[in-house]
Amino acid sequence: MDVEVRLFATLRRGRFDRRPQPVADGCRLEELIRQLAIDPKEIAIRLVNGREAEIDHVLQPGDVVSLFPAVGGG
Amino acid sequence: MHGYRGQVLRVNLTTGQIKKETLDLQTAQKFIGGRGLGSYLLSKEIQPTVDALSPENKIFIVTGPLTGSPAPTPGRYMVVTKSPLTGTIACSNSGGFWGPELKNAGYDLIVLEGRAPKPMYLFIKDETVELRDATKYWGKLVSETTTQLLADVREPQARVLCIGPAGEKQSLIAAVMNDKCRAAGRSGVGGVMGSKNLKAIVVRGTGKVALAAPEKTKELLAILARKIKDNGVTGQGLPTYGTAVLVNIINEAGMYPTRNFQQSYFPTANKASGEALADEYLTKRVACFRCPIACGRECEVGEEKGEGPEYETLWAYSANCGVDKLDDVIRANNLCNEYGLDTISAGATIACAMELAEKGYIKPSEVNGPALKFGSSEAIIEWTRKMGAGEGLGAKLAQGSYRLAASYGVPELSMSVKKQELPAYDPRGAKGMALQYATSNRGGCHVRGYLISPEVLGLPEKIDRFATAGKATWAKAFQDLTAVIDSLGLCLFTSFALNADDYRDLLNAIVGVNWTKEEMFTAGERIWNLERVFNLAAGIKPEEDTLPKRLLHDPITEGGSKGHVAQLAEMLPAYYQERGWTPQGIPTKEKLAALAL
Repeated sequence: MDVEVRLFATLRRGRFDRRPQPVADGCRLEELIRQLAIDPKEIAIRLVNGREAEIDHVLQPGDVVSLFPAVGGG
Repeated sequence: MHGYRGQVLRVNLTTGQIKKETLDLQTAQKFIGGRGLGSYLLSKEIQPTVDALSPENKIFIVTGPLTGSPAPTPGRYMVVTKSPLTGTIACSNSGGFWGPELKNAGYDLIVLEGRAPKPMYLFIKDETVELRDATKYWGKLVSETTTQLLADVREPQARVLCIGPAGEKQSLIAAVMNDKCRAAGRSGVGGVMGSKNLKAIVVRGTGKVALAAPEKTKELLAILARKIKDNGVTGQGLPTYGTAVLVNIINEAGMYPTRNFQQSYFPTANKASGEALADEYLTKRVACFRCPIACGRECEVGEEKGEGPEYETLWAYSANCGVDKLDDVIRANNLCNEYGLDTISAGATIACAMELAEKGYIKPSEVNGPALKFGSSEAIIEWTRKMGAGEGLGAKLAQGSYRLAASYGVPELSMSVKKQELPAYDPRGAKGMALQYATSNRGGCHVRGYLISPEVLGLPEKIDRFATAGKATWAKAFQDLTAVIDSLGLCLFTSFALNADDYRDLLNAIVGVNWTKEEMFTAGERIWNLERVFNLAAGIKPEEDTLPKRLLHDPITEGGSKGHVAQLAEMLPAYYQERGWTPQGIPTKEKLAALAL
């Protein structure tokens, strides 16, 4: 199945902004992050379809996964 | 004297009299300084019911005891007055270099009274203080005023605070500007300065802030510098992308207000984001006085060079007006800086006008300029200019969205609280932020208690943004600590990396007091209650602790916060209880006595 991965801020460096990503059925968020070769420590905020998700969240086909480093402002 | 400089400059603009008074140290410490001290003095010296644009209103331009000190981010000063926009107490905060320069000149604060018979500016060089004719600068844009004044006073190292044409015309959303591009932006404080016929304050100071415990301060600064550098937000996110780094996270979470809060997700937000700004327009990072973060952006678009846009500005002019052309958002931001307009209220008022036009309230025959249509770059630029210059319908827009929408009989289309435009977070997607917006003492505002930090960014810890339970406690704690940080004269962004103990340690080492953390929080609570008491005396009703109907009743239709409304009624009673107020939202005598008010 495919999910859409969106990366932001410093996570984009040397990677990509957004792309479809093939993953195995029943793939958990942490497995996807490993597959993308991103150090989990670099990620501060994980959203699946705009909602905060734990690392053991099981992905569904077509899910939009948005990953952010620590960000702030205002 | 340590931290404070010990002198108050009192200027009566009606008579031209200038007096130097000794700072009452006991009072200053009780309210810390800055926002707290300014709020106390305003409450003491004016009737809360005065017309904000009359000579009876006063302006207190106040620094904190840490402004100009070696503490991290000590660039802040505050403009405290009665707001002509909200009718509440106003405290607008700005960075840059002007505040520290005032401290170096030997003053903790300036009190401005009355109304000058003609345009004037105030010149300060250490002990020399003069009111001078400003006729030749009246009508000039902010950068030209600043450049000319610096040349004319022959003090190249001086710093300039001024208003632009919007302030001169007493726009209710006019800002006080300093160092050209920094703004004490909100609540129409620039309009109050304009009503006093005061164009500018030029200051040059050659002294410095003395420290109570220099060695201890030095040790502490090394620890805090490390914390700021190692923190992901202050050490990497803000320096690299500026505040606009928030565009994508807030949008992905489905709480990025779009087209005057009609939607909460803007599909093309990435085209006008912090990442796009850094990739395509950034020419230089800009830091305020002694700031290790440097979130400021110098950006170039065509022939124009300016600072910003900040996150809130970027949102107000892009998603909220339906525009995704970053070039034009930058141009609109530059115009706000030149005319001296609050970018949040200016962009949000244009967005409101666009909805009024879309729904047929504003007739095409009234529109003496580009059509007010969502998505129109031409509209955001030209209507900003017209607001700044007070031309035609632009003059009406310059009174803010509430008065604009109310004039068509639909005040509910103004996305404001207490008549001040809401900033860039849809509170339906962060319930604590809804409570904070509703209870902010200066109306719609994000920097009175930034609950986005725990609710969305996970700092200092992640809490459920859709829960209502416990949010009253979070709101009170954030509001009280923010009042402390503002009053110290430090930038709120330090709070991503520093905690309450760090602020207490800085205060103790620099001012020479021996406060506990609890005493510091009590001072914050004292300031919050003082502001509330002023607002009640000014005629603001507790029923105004609310949100626009759209946010209370219409669920978000798509994206990460779909289905949610702001559940204010569930949180407000708990908040009043948390504050020790009556169920009607009035501070009790016992509470005020406990806070020594």
